[in-house]
Amino acid sequence: MNKSEQALSALAEMDELAARQSPIHRLHPIAKLLVTIAYIFTVVSFGKYQLSGLAVMALYPVLLFQLSGIPARTCFHKLRIVLPLVMAVGLFNPFFDRSPLLYLGTVPVSGGVISMLSLMVKGVLCLTASFLLIAATPIDSLCAALRRLHVPSLLVTLLLLTYRYVGVMTEEVSIMTDAYRLRAPGQKGIHISAWGSFLGQLLLRSMDRAQELYASMLLRGYHGHFHYAAVNPFRPADGAYLVCCIAVFALLRFVNVAELLGRLLVR
Amino acid sequence: MIEFRNVSFSYEKDTPVLQDLSFRIDAGESVGLIGANGAGKSTLMKLLLGLLQGQGEILVDGLAVSKATLPEIRRRLGFVLQNSDHQMFMPTVYEDMIFAPLNYGVSREETEQRVDAVLEQLGLTALKHRHNHKISGGEKRMAAIATVLAMEPEVILMDEPTSALDPYNRRIVINTICSLSQTRLIASHDLDMILDTCDRVILLSQGRIAADGPAREILRDRALLEAHRMELPFCLAGRE
Repeated sequence: MNKSEQALSALAEMDELAARQSPIHRLHPIAKLLVTIAYIFTVVSFGKYQLSGLAVMALYPVLLFQLSGIPARTCFHKLRIVLPLVMAVGLFNPFFDRSPLLYLGTVPVSGGVISMLSLMVKGVLCLTASFLLIAATPIDSLCAALRRLHVPSLLVTLLLLTYRYVGVMTEEVSIMTDAYRLRAPGQKGIHISAWGSFLGQLLLRSMDRAQELYASMLLRGYHGHFHYAAVNPFRPADGAYLVCCIAVFALLRFVNVAELLGRLLVR
Repeated sequence: MIEFRNVSFSYEKDTPVLQDLSFRIDAGESVGLIGANGAGKSTLMKLLLGLLQGQGEILVDGLAVSKATLPEIRRRLGFVLQNSDHQMFMPTVYEDMIFAPLNYGVSREETEQRVDAVLEQLGLTALKHRHNHKISGGEKRMAAIATVLAMEPEVILMDEPTSALDPYNRRIVINTICSLSQTRLIASHDLDMILDTCDRVILLSQGRIAADGPAREILRDRALLEAHRMELPFCLAGRE
């Protein structure tokens, strides 16, 4: 399997994860979407030195992994390319903010280190929450939810088509890469001298393929608006999930539960 | 049902692909469109579907194909593309099947009924929730036909419906085509399939109609077929 085929299979894997059945999968997509947005806002709103408060926010993804049956390993495996970038965001903080904020025994820990860790944790938590949303909700249902929230049709259609066409384009790359490799034995990757024509061909082929697909859509009555998959009605349980999650996030944001627990234990 | 009146088309100036074509297909007919590569078979279908615009007039049920009538024309014509991968663009067979009916304003309940009925008719119920990228080429071709049947079109157009299929799947597709009650226009090089599925054949050559008549007569005429870069169907080749 070449890299493009692996990417294609990874995309398909996301669709399969989203098609599973679990209490989280069964929740209304609007509830899941709003909870994820609320979660991200809450996580981002923590101050740069509030690491203990942030740590408690990790409970949400942990709980979701358990309830949805989505393996945490799959999540971190898929995010392995983005995570280092997120980690790198606060890498220079320890150099700029050197004032000691706390002592671990006799070792001073600077504000820069804490803020770096806090940025890293924020990034990881936000990415994990987004992954869980996508892995537990089919893209069609997600788009239907966005439309119900009055996100402009053009943006939602663009999102859906981009998701679909990534697969189509990857397929073309896969076919071209195979054809290249079969006639370039012993070469690792595509030689730089072939990049220009390779990309040109890819563009032309993608355009051809896109035109065929678009014609197929037109011939089946497409007129600029997608009819998304039927979404179950919003149940009281969905409302309860939404309200409870937002209430818990608000509580965790304004009450430092980790600190409270720490004080209790120290007493 | 379908009428071409003096239709001509060219992609480039001075290189006509179709020249002054006139013919008529009546309701319920099953017509095979044959011809060598570049004879204009796919172009003719694209003109009929309004994907290309040429000179002359094309009528579907008395409606002239034009920008204004395209939605109505396309609702009546179901087109099975040569490459099923181009036709099946949704993640699952089910989602692909509901795409057209919902676009044409059919209610969700009726769409569900249509989908189930078509899948049962074609013996594809097990494929309903399968992912398109995980089904075989033969299954995909059948699923592509199912997506078109879910539209309940009056005419079914097929471009090379048996290309790249193994003999078993090819036979399934042929039996399916034979079981359809709609008017059919099938473009193909598979003359054995045309013989099995069509009563009438239109032979295109260099953009013109070289022959139009009963399939059994035209497909037995070795001289005619060879004059237009074709051969007798395999099943007839040894029986002259």
